[in-house]
Amino acid sequence: MAYQIEGKTIEHDEEGYITNINEWTSDLAGIIAKDEGIDMTDEHWEVVNFLRDYYNEYQIAPAVRVLVKAIKKKFGPEKGSNKYLYELFPYGPAKQACKIAGLPKPTGCV
Amino acid sequence: MAKEEFQVPEVREHLEIPPVVEGAMAHSQPFVAAADHQSLLGYPEELVDGWEDKAVEKMGEMARKYRSFRVFLDACVKCGACTDKCHYYLGTGDPKNMPVARQDLLRQVYRRYYTLGGKLFPGLVGAKDMSKEIFDDWYRYYHQCSQCRRCSVFCPYGIDTAEISMAAREIMDSVGLGQKYCNEIIGKVHKIGNNLGLPLPALEDTMEGLEEDVEEDTGVAVKYPVNVEGAEVLLVTPSADFFAEPHVDGLIGYGKVFHQAGVSWTVSSHASEAANFALFTGSYEHMFKISNRIREAALELGVKRIVFGECGHAWRVAYSFLNTLAGPWDFLDPRYPVPQHIMEFTYDLIQRGGINLDPEANDDKVVTVHDSCNVARASRMGTRPGDQFAYPRAVIKASVNRFVEMDPNTTMEATFCCGGGGGLLTDDLMELRVKGALPRMEALKEVVERDGVTHMAAMCAICKSQFTKVLPYYGMGMDMVVSVHQLVSEAIQLGTKD
Repeated sequence: MAYQIEGKTIEHDEEGYITNINEWTSDLAGIIAKDEGIDMTDEHWEVVNFLRDYYNEYQIAPAVRVLVKAIKKKFGPEKGSNKYLYELFPYGPAKQACKIAGLPKPTGCV
Repeated sequence: MAKEEFQVPEVREHLEIPPVVEGAMAHSQPFVAAADHQSLLGYPEELVDGWEDKAVEKMGEMARKYRSFRVFLDACVKCGACTDKCHYYLGTGDPKNMPVARQDLLRQVYRRYYTLGGKLFPGLVGAKDMSKEIFDDWYRYYHQCSQCRRCSVFCPYGIDTAEISMAAREIMDSVGLGQKYCNEIIGKVHKIGNNLGLPLPALEDTMEGLEEDVEEDTGVAVKYPVNVEGAEVLLVTPSADFFAEPHVDGLIGYGKVFHQAGVSWTVSSHASEAANFALFTGSYEHMFKISNRIREAALELGVKRIVFGECGHAWRVAYSFLNTLAGPWDFLDPRYPVPQHIMEFTYDLIQRGGINLDPEANDDKVVTVHDSCNVARASRMGTRPGDQFAYPRAVIKASVNRFVEMDPNTTMEATFCCGGGGGLLTDDLMELRVKGALPRMEALKEVVERDGVTHMAAMCAICKSQFTKVLPYYGMGMDMVVSVHQLVSEAIQLGTKD
């Protein structure tokens, strides 16, 4: 199970989450997004970049609430909602956006 | 993801028993645990040589050790009372999802090796040699049981399929076949303290964020403390409460309740998880390890009471096993139950007039309640039988004006599992989860159409996540699900008791 990108092989798990987060590149994000049926826009990138920054600081993806707050700050109150994030990432902002951002899948009762 | 191909069951006016469709869910099985998930828990990394004999031996060992397990295997008379009681059978029509058939997957092997009739005349008593075919069925169908115990309510002998499915999973783990979802999570709790893998700095950041939000929202400085020594209460709550929606709104509610009660509290990063997935895998060893973190945290912080947040199976482990697993709790304040449920805490406060709730704050809602299976059938609250149903309803009714019950065949003791319990709340089982939710979805739709219900309150992290995910499959909004303490949070009049 691996993504092929520019002659490089990047391993992923059964669901497409890459196994080594250091192998992530923005080109790879585009490929994963395509597999998910998502066309990356600036708003998508904003979420993905925020997730990666947060992960670098805390070694975990942010809570949905934290993400909503950050997006609200950036794009205004009409986009600062869970609903808006689901419009961007229909399978759920936490899981689908994490996959595109190259982060591990959030586990547990979520 | 987003690529599932299956038919969402049709929602009918009344619950109907589906025609049998042999093998309808034979393709459904969860991802297998990787070698490192297994080894971390002390299980073989992959299926061991001679697994057939080892599995049979383990089964015999468990039957000798656990009287209940043996009685459940011996007692069934095939009366059929359970056959139409499982939500997974009702949602899939697969006959192996009838509880008796699920039990028989293990019972047939037990009979062959551990009963006289099965040893002498296997063909006459439905006894079979252990085989790869049978073992594969175990992996598939013991991961199509959410251990909700609804079938056991209707069994005249009280046979508990949950216990058989837990035992089967423990046997499979012991010979090297584990489920990825559960075993990865148990490993995370051992390493980090919670299912999510949420480390201390992230926990602190999340709780600080809640303090800011609540103060901005209400003008009152409600605290959401982490690792505070000398706090009165240690709150043990599912880590989903720190992370997911609508869970976090429940956590906000607990904080407001403690604030108005004037009781100091804290969460612990060491025991930042109420859930205990080792219940699902039938491992007492890991159930103990996870529970013992709560003891260590309580001692370290010097708390007087332990209160559990909204989490179904956590409450089952806490209520039924915490004392024998990680007790004695003689260092806690003996005037309070050990442990106490947040619902008991809030209920008690309402009774004593220690909390001001204005149900008008929830007048935009018509609310019904989903009884969580593990709260309903595997534990209790309060002091009287049935308080586990009375307390959540009393708390909800104190917080909302319009409350509606769903069909009584689907509530309280007869409640249906949400479809995601028992270690099945994983994306690789989405078809099963959607289909297993059918009975609850039908009952909910009925009150939506008849009574204008807008929200369904839940008291379990798994239920909340599961419904958020499956409601859209049935044409309903994911935001219909609310935490019970989210309703309290909306209704509470902060600043009036301080």
